[in-house]
Formats: sequence, C-alpha cells, structure tokens
Amino acid sequence: MDLGQKIAEVVETTNAEFLAQCYELDGTPALGSMVRAKGKDCEIYGIVCASATHSVEPGRRIMARGQGAQSETDVFKANPQLAKLLCSDFRALVVGHGRGRSMYQYLPPSPASIYAFVYTCKSEEVRDFTKSLNFLSLLIDTRLPVATDEVIAAFLRLASQTQQEPLDFLVKAGKDLAWLLSNDIRRLDSILKRLRQ
Amino acid sequence: MTERSKQDNMRLGTVIFGSLMHGVQVKLDPGRSVEEIAVGRYVAIKGEKKRFFGMITDVSLEAVDPRAMVMPPDISDPFIAKVVSGTTTYGKISVLPMLTISGDAATMLEGPQPAKTVPAHFSEVQLASQRDVELVFGPEDRQRFYIGTPLDMETKVCINMEELVKRSNGVFGKSGTGKTFLTRLLLVGMLQKSGAVSLIFDMHNEYGWEGKSEKGHRVKGLKQLFPGKVAVFCLDEAYARRRNVNVDHMVKIGYDEIEPEDIALLRQTFNFTDASIQAIYGLARRFGDKKWFESTLSLGEEESKKVQKEMEIHDSTWRNLRRSLMNLQRFPFLMSHAPDDAVKNMLGYLERGINVVLEFGSYDDISAYILVANLLSRRIYTQYREKVDVSDAKGNKEPVPMVITIEEAHKFLNPEVASQTIFGKIAREMRKYNVTMLVIDQRPSGIDEEVMSQLGTKITCLLDNERDVDAVLTGVAGKSELKSVLSRLESKQQALIFGHALPMPVVVKVREYGTPESYKELGPLAGDTKAKTDKLDDLWG
Repeated sequence: MDLGQKIAEVVETTNAEFLAQCYELDGTPALGSMVRAKGKDCEIYGIVCASATHSVEPGRRIMARGQGAQSETDVFKANPQLAKLLCSDFRALVVGHGRGRSMYQYLPPSPASIYAFVYTCKSEEVRDFTKSLNFLSLLIDTRLPVATDEVIAAFLRLASQTQQEPLDFLVKAGKDLAWLLSNDIRRLDSILKRLRQ
Repeated sequence: MTERSKQDNMRLGTVIFGSLMHGVQVKLDPGRSVEEIAVGRYVAIKGEKKRFFGMITDVSLEAVDPRAMVMPPDISDPFIAKVVSGTTTYGKISVLPMLTISGDAATMLEGPQPAKTVPAHFSEVQLASQRDVELVFGPEDRQRFYIGTPLDMETKVCINMEELVKRSNGVFGKSGTGKTFLTRLLLVGMLQKSGAVSLIFDMHNEYGWEGKSEKGHRVKGLKQLFPGKVAVFCLDEAYARRRNVNVDHMVKIGYDEIEPEDIALLRQTFNFTDASIQAIYGLARRFGDKKWFESTLSLGEEESKKVQKEMEIHDSTWRNLRRSLMNLQRFPFLMSHAPDDAVKNMLGYLERGINVVLEFGSYDDISAYILVANLLSRRIYTQYREKVDVSDAKGNKEPVPMVITIEEAHKFLNPEVASQTIFGKIAREMRKYNVTMLVIDQRPSGIDEEVMSQLGTKITCLLDNERDVDAVLTGVAGKSELKSVLSRLESKQQALIFGHALPMPVVVKVREYGTPESYKELGPLAGDTKAKTDKLDDLWG
C-alpha cells in the first residue's frame, strides 16, 4: 500500500463525497482504499468508491490506437499527446474527518476544499480511523456507482491488513454489519463472503 | 487471573426486557454459549442503584430476523459463524430476580431484601460469585446447617435450622431421588442446630440405627452418629435381635389405646365406606372408648349378629369391618393391655432433649404405620399441648420444640382424612404448641392443599408428574419459572429448596452422606479433641 502519497486533486466536492483527478494516468488508488484531503480546519477522510479514466473533453471519444503496436506501452510511446488528452479520476465517499489527533467517524461540517491535494492514507492513519466503525452505516445506506457491498468488502479487506489482528478486526466489523443488516440476512451473508482474503 | 479478567469471565450479558412477575430476559454476550448455562444457577445483576440476585429459569435461542432461521447464514465458514453468533442469532436466558442488596439501612441490618422491582434496561448480568452466595445464605454457624452447594459452585448453602423447625416442612421427590439421604441430613441438622427434638416414625428403618444406600452399602443412622442424643424405639423385637439394633425400648400398644379415629384413618387402606366409619363410632359408643376394639373382635357369632342387627349395620360392611380389625390384631405389637406406657417413655426422652426414632422393623405395612404413627402422635401431642398450656399459665419455660417426622405423608394428609388426623391439625395449628412436622412424600399431589400451603420450607428432589410439581409449587412467587427448574433437576443428589428458612429458592447439590469423611463432618466429634477422633476412626475401621 502506498504510504501517504500525494496522488490527486479535488475537482468536484460535496459534503458526502469528492471527485479527485489523478496526477498520473491510471494512477487511481485501489477500490475501497482510504484517502485524505484538506477541508476547512480539518482533514477529510474518504473511501474510494469509483474510479475512471476518460477523455479530458467530455464530447471527445477515445479511439482505439494499438492495432499495429506490440504492446500497450507502445501505444503511448507512439502517441505522446494521449497523456494530455486523457485523465484518471476517482470518487471518494466522505466517511469522517480528523482534527489534530482526534478522529470523528461522521461527516465534517464543510466539504473538502476544491483543488485540495489528495493523499493516500498511511497504515497508522487507517488503524486510528478504524478504531471505531460507526461510519459503516454511512456506507450501507449510500447508493454508489459501484455495488456498495463491493466497496464495503474491499475497504474492510484493505483496512484489516493494517491491523495487528486482521481476523479479529474482520469479526468485529462483521458483527457491526450484522447489527446494521439485521433485517437483511442475505446481504450480510454476501458481504461476509467477500471479506475472506 | 487478574480481577478484571475474572469479572469478564463471570459476565453473562445484559438485561433487555422483562417483568417482576415473569422475570427479566437477558441477552447473552456473543462469547457466551447457551450450552454453558444451566437452569437453577444463580446470577447477580448490577442495577443502577441496587444489586439483584436471581436464578436462571430458562434458556432460549433467538434470532434478530426470523428469516435467519429459515435461511441460515453459511456457518460452515468459521468466520461467518463467529460473526453471526451473538448478533444475528443469540442466546437468551430468563432470570427471576429474587433478592436485592442496596446500601440502605434495611440491608445492613437484615441482609438481602426480597426483590420488589426489576433491574433497569441493559443492566449487566454476571454469574453469582462465591461471595454473593455466602452473603445471601450466610456462613455455617450455630444455627445454620450446611445442606449442599449451589450448581457448579463450591460455596456452602446453609439453612437456618432454628427458623426451619418453627414451621412444618416437607421433603418431596419421586422414588429413588435421594429423599431419604436428604432427610437424614436434615435430621442431623435439626439435631445439631435447631434446638428442637425429633420424633421420627421410621417406616423403613432408615434413620434410627442403620440404613442402606441404593447400591446396598450400609449407611449409619442417627443413633450410631449421636449415641447420646438419640433413642431408638422399635415395634419388632425379632427384627431388632436379627439386625443387632441397639434398641432403647420395645413398643407395645394396648387395644384399649386404639380410638375410633385411629381406625377411621385407615379408610383408604381398608376400603371403608361412610357406613363402616359410622359403625366404628357406634361400636365405640356401645362398648366404650377403651374396650370397643377388643369387644368387637371377641364377639361370638350369635352376639355378632345381634350387635349387627341392633346397630343396623349392613352385612358386607360388618364383615369388612371385622376382617379389617382382625388384620390389625395380627400385629404382635398390639395386645389387650400394654405392659408399659410407650407414650410416657417417649415423652420422657423428648423432654430431656433426646430424639426418638421409632423403627417399625418388619411391620412396614402401611396400615401398621398409619395406626401407630397417628395413635402415638395424637397422645404425645395432647400431652405436649397440656404442658404448653400449663407453662403459659404459670409463665414457666415452654417444653422443647418438637418435630414429628412422617413418611408416606399423603396417607395421613390426603384431603379426605387431613381434617381428622392429628397431623392435619399440627400442620394447620403450626407452632402454637411447639410441635411441627417434617413430612416426607413422593406424591405431594395427594396431600391436602391446605396442609401444603402451611408448609414453611419445601425441599424437593426431582418430580416429573405435572400434578405433583403443581402441588409443591402452589402459592410460590415465580411458580412457572421454578417449575422448569424443578422438572430439570438431576435424578440424584439435587434438590430445589425454597420457603421460610431460606432467603430465596436454591437448587443444591446435596452434600455427601454415607462416607467416613461425611460422618466426620457431620458427627458430634467434628472439631473435637484428637483422642476422640481417633476413637471414631477405629469405629469406622
């Protein structure tokens, strides 16, 4: 996992989520990973819930260019302008914020600042943030471009790797999910099955 | 183990709902398995202001969503099984809160108080600690007798024997559940710590000199354990000689001592009709109270017909009556006039504080038992009552309280005869005249309701007949909850004790009786000089 690396910039922001454009093409962080961006007086934490690479101009379709190339890299070598015409971005669902040493697992008072730099979170940060899993309810009830359950499972899998006792963490998270999904056993079952490493 | 981890180890769960009437429901913590919980165990509940003591009365499996039971999660995966345990599915126990302990003055002075409310929502529930149990039942001391240990605990449950003998008590349980052993223990307890004397009608020769365990081992009786404090009376001379029983007195009963009431009691045994009973009283009027028995039996054929005609007794009634009286006449301990007064002898011992056991020898026929027990008890009770009246009038010291122990109690105390027997009277009048009863029975449903309701403390081993269980628990708070506890007792060495002499119902594993160690603990020499102990060791071999 990348440790606290600056990877993107906020280009669209709301209280609940932000869109960040990556500095590098295909440089989006893993689905479910935690990222951090500056907000007003606080650090805002989000979970990557959707990534995309597309044309910079909305109306311009990307054409296939590699028919004669030996490898995908050759396509970029032959068309150096592509790096400027294409971009990668990702959406992060805001799950909490931090102020000083304190972490709060609920929405910040104001959204992430526009053009704020976005960093990947270090393992210690993830560990600190996931001491409480209250934010899972935010995830459960959100409609996302990607299946929400996939995001939750991906996040918990990644977060568990930062813990000293990954299995205990997963069991604790599983129990929290069981409470939240007490009226939807099938959904719980499907998320739990996705938590296996 | 640290204090903290010990506490975690004791924690069971939290109160989720409930009522005083039906007990509170406790959701088990995820780590707790229902399989490690047993009904009858004690728990302590930390309420907001008070601590509650209660007993587990039921265990159940619950699911947050009923669909989970129809389409269970994939628990073949250990991870999923671990997650759903305690969340989607969980264990629940029912706890009947019985006592409270708060820091108020009443608790300080009088100990735990009966629970008059329930603990608040989400109060923490723990298994009761040894200290909790000691606090509730008190330590073994001059009045309290150690009867057994609570389930899965080592703490001693003690019964206050002085309180126990203030009212009549009952020992119940179906055959082979350990009633006799339990009764032996109670008798020892009463002998040592109650300050009362016992008169025991020992139908099967189990309490006085020596008894037998189910496995055939010999078990010491009261006389062997406390030679100076127990006198054995016996009805059967041949039996005493054969078994080498150290008998203090042989009991003979004169026909002149038999009153119509004594025979009326045998109504069920001899199939007497109302007409037969009327005839008995008629005969007593005709021949006199002291002579009627002998006179009726000595009637010749002619005289017999004459009497029958004059008294207008139906032929079959008359024949049945005579046949029954002749059956009684067969008993060698009955004779036209007894050489000495058995009642006087017994009273002599009882007044000196010596316990009396009447062994029936080989006459373990129910008719002999009913006749003798009723006859002797009635006369002893009458004399006791007179003594109490005299001492009341003169302001003297009252006679020593007496406890009469009877077996097969339903024969004396069934609804048809309870109002006529002396035992029914003792049960109802209770301790007014310093006489109470210890009734032992396997069919408590056969005992008159009024008598059952007067029993102070009930000690019951396993009962599985619905009517018997109902009869024992009539009028007890939390009856339906205790019912599930009672019907799940183990068939040996376990008993549910509740009532006057205990602050709350308790299921105990009854202490040992019958091993050399147990005799040492129970015997009069426990804690005495070494020389005496050595002597006792020799005795036991």
